[in-house]
Amino acid sequence: MLKQRIADAFDEPGCAANRAKSEVDRKRGCSPRSLVPGAAAGGCAFDGAKIALQPITDAAHLVHGPIACEGNGWDSRHAATSGPELYRTGLTTDMSELDIIHGGEKRLYRAIREVAGRHRPAAIFVYVTCVPSLIGDDVETVCDAAAERFGLPVIPVDAPGFVGSKNLGNKLAGQVLLDRVVGTREPARTTPFDINIIGEYNVAGEMWQILPLLERLGLRVLASITGDARYHEVACAHRARVNMVVCSQAMVSFARAMEDRYGIPYFEGSFYGISDTSAALREMARLLVERGAPATLIPHTEALIAEEEPVAWRRIAPYRERLRGKRVLLYTGGVKSWSVVSALQDVGMTVIGTSVRKSTEDDKERIKGLMGEDAALYGQIPAKDLYRMLAAGEADILMSGGRTQFVALKTKTPWLDINQERHHAYAGYDGMVALVRQIDAAIHHSVWRQVRRRAPWDGDRDGDGR
Amino acid sequence: MSIVEVGTKACAVNPLKTSPALGGALAFLGIERSLPLLHGSQGCTAFALVLLVRHFREAIPLQTTAMSELSTILGGADNVEQAIGNIYERAKPRLIGLCSTALTETRDEDVRGDLRALMVRHPEWRDLSVVYAPTPDFAGSLEVGWASAVQAMIDALVEDGRRMPVRGLVNLLPASYMTPGDVEAIRDVVESFGLSPIVLPDLSRSLDGHVPETYVPTTLGGTPVEQVARMGASQLTLAIGEHMRGAAEALERRSGVPFKVFDRLTGLEAFDGFVETLMEVSGRPAPARLRRERSRLVDAMLDGHFFFTGRTAAVAAEPDLLVAVSRFLDEMGCRTVAAVTTMKTPAAVAVPCESVVVGDLDDLACLVPPGECDLVIANAHGEAAAAAIGAPLHRMGFPVFDRLGTAHRVSVGYRGTRELLFEIGNLLIDHQPDHRPYLRRDREVSIDAETVNA
Repeated sequence: MLKQRIADAFDEPGCAANRAKSEVDRKRGCSPRSLVPGAAAGGCAFDGAKIALQPITDAAHLVHGPIACEGNGWDSRHAATSGPELYRTGLTTDMSELDIIHGGEKRLYRAIREVAGRHRPAAIFVYVTCVPSLIGDDVETVCDAAAERFGLPVIPVDAPGFVGSKNLGNKLAGQVLLDRVVGTREPARTTPFDINIIGEYNVAGEMWQILPLLERLGLRVLASITGDARYHEVACAHRARVNMVVCSQAMVSFARAMEDRYGIPYFEGSFYGISDTSAALREMARLLVERGAPATLIPHTEALIAEEEPVAWRRIAPYRERLRGKRVLLYTGGVKSWSVVSALQDVGMTVIGTSVRKSTEDDKERIKGLMGEDAALYGQIPAKDLYRMLAAGEADILMSGGRTQFVALKTKTPWLDINQERHHAYAGYDGMVALVRQIDAAIHHSVWRQVRRRAPWDGDRDGDGR
Repeated sequence: MSIVEVGTKACAVNPLKTSPALGGALAFLGIERSLPLLHGSQGCTAFALVLLVRHFREAIPLQTTAMSELSTILGGADNVEQAIGNIYERAKPRLIGLCSTALTETRDEDVRGDLRALMVRHPEWRDLSVVYAPTPDFAGSLEVGWASAVQAMIDALVEDGRRMPVRGLVNLLPASYMTPGDVEAIRDVVESFGLSPIVLPDLSRSLDGHVPETYVPTTLGGTPVEQVARMGASQLTLAIGEHMRGAAEALERRSGVPFKVFDRLTGLEAFDGFVETLMEVSGRPAPARLRRERSRLVDAMLDGHFFFTGRTAAVAAEPDLLVAVSRFLDEMGCRTVAAVTTMKTPAAVAVPCESVVVGDLDDLACLVPPGECDLVIANAHGEAAAAAIGAPLHRMGFPVFDRLGTAHRVSVGYRGTRELLFEIGNLLIDHQPDHRPYLRRDREVSIDAETVNA
């Protein structure tokens, strides 16, 4: 049952944040504070589940619920595809009053039939939202019947919004993949260099900054879970030799379960920052060799790092002088803060504060190590406080997500998008160079001199008008 | 006149609809020091919030009662109480606009009853108005939610009883599709007759993208609640769009204010009707400025009609916007060959197209006869449909997240109609049908010349 699955999702020995909690807090699950009425921010479990699965590009993603769930949310993220576009199509049963009175099962079945017939998807993911969950639609049975009738995988994703946060939705989606997808097919061939990358959604095409590096080492991404993925690849993921979990606590459970079931070791790494990218490649090579890849992979990896790192540093060098001492406020939940902190420090910037909303105790220690004991670690910063800090000129740039974009802009402070809505890719060596270039462009933009001018009627025109 | 057909598909593909709760929230955003609150799971708010932020490029105050599985089963009154308490504590709004969702409506919560009890229990909230608008996601679309919230505000905020009409005071109820720029344009025209309009709601003062001096946790502006209370003293209510009829009627029932519904303000003839009413109610002639604008529109129509003539369009929009756009196109000589809308309403029969389909953006692409469409008009999601049809997309409606200045585009009034005419006209000019060259075979051209040209 869903209740048990949620309890299981929260019982995660692989999650350091979880280990550090008391028994009571653990039962309460992840980020309980985000569910305070009148003071909440962030998406629901359905949102999280869809974010985690939708990048499977050749699958259809059908939302069973009234219009709000898909009508307000479809096609809003920039998870990029190298082929099929089907995943971007907004599909919903758009439940009406009558569907709710009579039950939505028949409509759902017909909807699956239409999608299967019209779009010929590799699979159909059916998302259960609050209303069908409340009225007791038996979505699982409908999906199983439809799968048999139409001869394709029809996978129920039981993560209605009211069960919890986005983070929980991520976890439940991982559980769905484990229970219903991974291990259901076999790859045509396997190699000792097969890896899975977990928790990377190819936002702004970041996978494509990493893949060339991996290819040069002869590594093959058997399954990307789920950035630019194909259904078949995910179904074959159990044959990989090593799993890498990218910046995602939510998917640690998934990796640990794969270790239990299929004996695939995993490590957590990041492709943000030069040193972190190198560290990830080294760890990947080490684990692959441990699992039988030729030992030459390690010197190969070192050679690639020795070639790439200096190039990246050389490209960053011109910006160092311009960015030295510039103060950054980092406010993100999506990207592991320490990995960006160290990257920014690498170019001589001062990180005046960072959010640790989704960080583990280990992460926090690491950040303190990087920033010193006085480091300002923030949980949720109320918009009012954020506005005050920026209006007072405490930071030269805010790096955050779209939610706080306009708080920053109204104070006339440079802003850079580093969340999932971003349009620029910042992964790997090239990505770090791109990030530094973007920060420089934002801070030194000519628009600031213009918009901070006092109005003619305010006197003292050259003063700081912010 | 058209026949309105409801599609038979079980699965909406690329939906045109957004949720009524979002429309309700949007209406509450046009009130000063207001903060809308969706009564549902936190995702209901998150999705609506993200979409509103993307459309307006503004921070949007919008909160949630954060209903969980348990509170859905046990009832959401506690969540409503907590939410109002927390919002009051942090943001001190003048108005909280509470919108229901499919989740709480399926459970059939007695929100009105709960609210009454709450307000009695919390005398410290006396400087706060909480207005409840039923906006279930399973019935209707943004337009319905907007109308529901406006009517709810009239019922809750307008002072009871009939009052002596104040000379020159009029009410303006803008349509849900009107941008802050549209609202401002119409208000300016009304004021140019020496009239004082109370605009419910007024997005032009809250979502017009200005930079305030300090941090404001609620809306940045809008109509003050105290002004809404005085709407019963107006001489006349001007309601824009058939969907605002209910709200105008509610006000008439409550305070005896007569009303006029204008099905649209786009197009010369349509706006002439509006201006005539303003002349009547003010007893003043039209100001010179407005006369000039009308004359400019007439000139633009004369210059532009060539480029619309014989061309065809596919339009997907909420009923009243669909009426406004398709009738304007018709007046310019451009035929609507496919029309899709979000729900069956009496208004949609006025669309000059054989049939109007209640459906989605995928239907729009399917309805267009092959090769018979020069222009697509839809929200920003219409891009895929426009690509499938092979015609340029003119973005109108909600959401439009991939253009700058969405809030400031004007398509009502003489000047707005002219601007719309230019925008669409230029698209049509850019995409003129090719002249198929006839290649003469009997032409004497030297081989050398051919090669040089290639």
